[in-house]
Amino acid sequence: MILPLSYNLRNLAVRRTTTLMTALGIGLTVAVLAASFALVDGLRLALEASGHPLHVLVTRKGADSELVSNFERRVFNDLKFKPGIARNAKGEPLASLEVVTAINLASIEFPEGANVTVRGVTPIGVELRDDARLVEGRWFTPGRREATVGRLIAQRYPEARPGRKLRFGRGEWEVVGVYDSPQMARNSEILVDLNQVAADFGREEVLSSALLRATDEVAHQALINELEADPRLNVRARSEKEYYAQQTSSGDLIRYLGTVVAAIMAVGSCFAAMNTMYAAVARRSREIGTLRVLGYSRAAILASFLLESLLLAALGGVLGILLVLPVNGLTTGIGSFTTFTEIAFQLRITPQTMAASLVFALLMGGAGGLLPAWQAARKEILTALREG
Amino acid sequence: MTDDVVIQARRLTKEYIRDEFHIVALKDVDLDVRRGEYLALMGPSGSGKSTLLHLIAAMDRPTSGAIRVLGADLAAMPDPEMARWRNRHIGFVFQTFNLIPVLTALENVELPLKLTHLKKGERMEHAVTALKLVGLGDRLHHYPRQLSGGQEQRVAIARAIVTDPDIILCDEPTGNLDARSANEVLELLRQLNRDYGKTIVMVTHDPHAARFASHIRYIDKGELLPEGRKPEDWS
Repeated sequence: MILPLSYNLRNLAVRRTTTLMTALGIGLTVAVLAASFALVDGLRLALEASGHPLHVLVTRKGADSELVSNFERRVFNDLKFKPGIARNAKGEPLASLEVVTAINLASIEFPEGANVTVRGVTPIGVELRDDARLVEGRWFTPGRREATVGRLIAQRYPEARPGRKLRFGRGEWEVVGVYDSPQMARNSEILVDLNQVAADFGREEVLSSALLRATDEVAHQALINELEADPRLNVRARSEKEYYAQQTSSGDLIRYLGTVVAAIMAVGSCFAAMNTMYAAVARRSREIGTLRVLGYSRAAILASFLLESLLLAALGGVLGILLVLPVNGLTTGIGSFTTFTEIAFQLRITPQTMAASLVFALLMGGAGGLLPAWQAARKEILTALREG
Repeated sequence: MTDDVVIQARRLTKEYIRDEFHIVALKDVDLDVRRGEYLALMGPSGSGKSTLLHLIAAMDRPTSGAIRVLGADLAAMPDPEMARWRNRHIGFVFQTFNLIPVLTALENVELPLKLTHLKKGERMEHAVTALKLVGLGDRLHHYPRQLSGGQEQRVAIARAIVTDPDIILCDEPTGNLDARSANEVLELLRQLNRDYGKTIVMVTHDPHAARFASHIRYIDKGELLPEGRKPEDWS
């Protein structure tokens, strides 16, 4: 009992300027929503992909992030020989004492500067990051004021490229290499020698954290339980993956703001769709009357005009996705509410985002098209024929 | 109502309230139309002839009186059933053709068939046959804007007959056509009545068009005049 789809498609094509303008309005709204989702999804995917499944991150009890953690060297010496910690080829425990601080660097997007994580590590710390491979230059030399930076840092901060010198602490640090890690959050850090940077910031004895690698999954959980339960250590131990996953909350505000802005814009887009469809109903009044005379029911007329509005909105949804698709894979950064430093990540337009955007567009089309379609269906035959 | 009578109106009345004016469009009309009859309804503008046609087509409801078409009591029929009934039993031809501009001739003619249980292939076959019958077998994929007025009206007639309805109702079918096209359309309607036995009721105020019908009845000021009687001021 429905009218042919070609009837709606051709009517949209006939009034192509109006169709395109309305679809573009819907598309822009969809683009705002999709862009905010792309940010959030990019951040989530970057953080979810970060952290080694056997790694345990240890900070001082009560510290939510490494940056605010004061972790004593003597505590590290107490825990590094705990059972369940894996050892390297030389028989040394894979336990890395680390210091984390933030420096301000001018980025391409923010010339006034953004906070970037500097992490002081020992050679064991580099060994624990065995998934990171050098893409340029070399690793920093222990005992020297050198830095090896993550790929996203080198991309986004001109000062942090090989051959350049960074100024922080008590002097200059030469950038000697760039590394790339499949764990995206790692690529937003600058790695330097632990002792050099600890001395610069006066933190020789009170550092930030320890990173441990467990021998296996069972030992991993047992190690966390043991460290947490030891009152003398007074530390918080958690899975490294869990630590990164907690930081996805930094994207919540963006998701909320994006949704609110898109919702406000959606009201306008609904009215645009409504206006277009009311005009269509008025222009095609005689057609409506004729179709009723031919035997089409009120429900068929309602369905047809509603479908047309949905097609219009779907076109808008596709336009919106096409508008926002070029940002897919672009690198950007966001200040983490946990670490107070910037996490660089790539924007991601996921299939779920595209589906959600289309549904959002269809909702706008449905809301905007319902009243005009209802009006079309309610017309008495003779009134409709006379109005045409 | 005998089997022979397909349209029967008794004391059929239609009144409107428009802008606070009470208008009696039809008053106590009694009418019988037999199967296979070709009736021309004539009368001056505003006489009520189109109103009567709309009531026969179940496009409107009477204020009072009874109207039975093919045995169905139209005054009591619910809306959705009325739509199905129209599709099955009535073919309607408008003065202004009323083709859907974005659909081709073939698609326009196929429209009423979409409401039947016919499959796509069967629908196409029926639509092509109807268009060939009206002499437009070579214009299947033309849009209305690519056709002359006469051709448009022939497409409209093909659309009216494609479901093989019992009754064809025409509202001034030649009103927008030149003399030659009008004659073609009138010949076509006569052929449908004579060769296919279709019952036709045609509203017109053109005496030439009315001559193609087997009977002529006049309406004046909402009243159906007795057979053979014209309005006093009718030329």
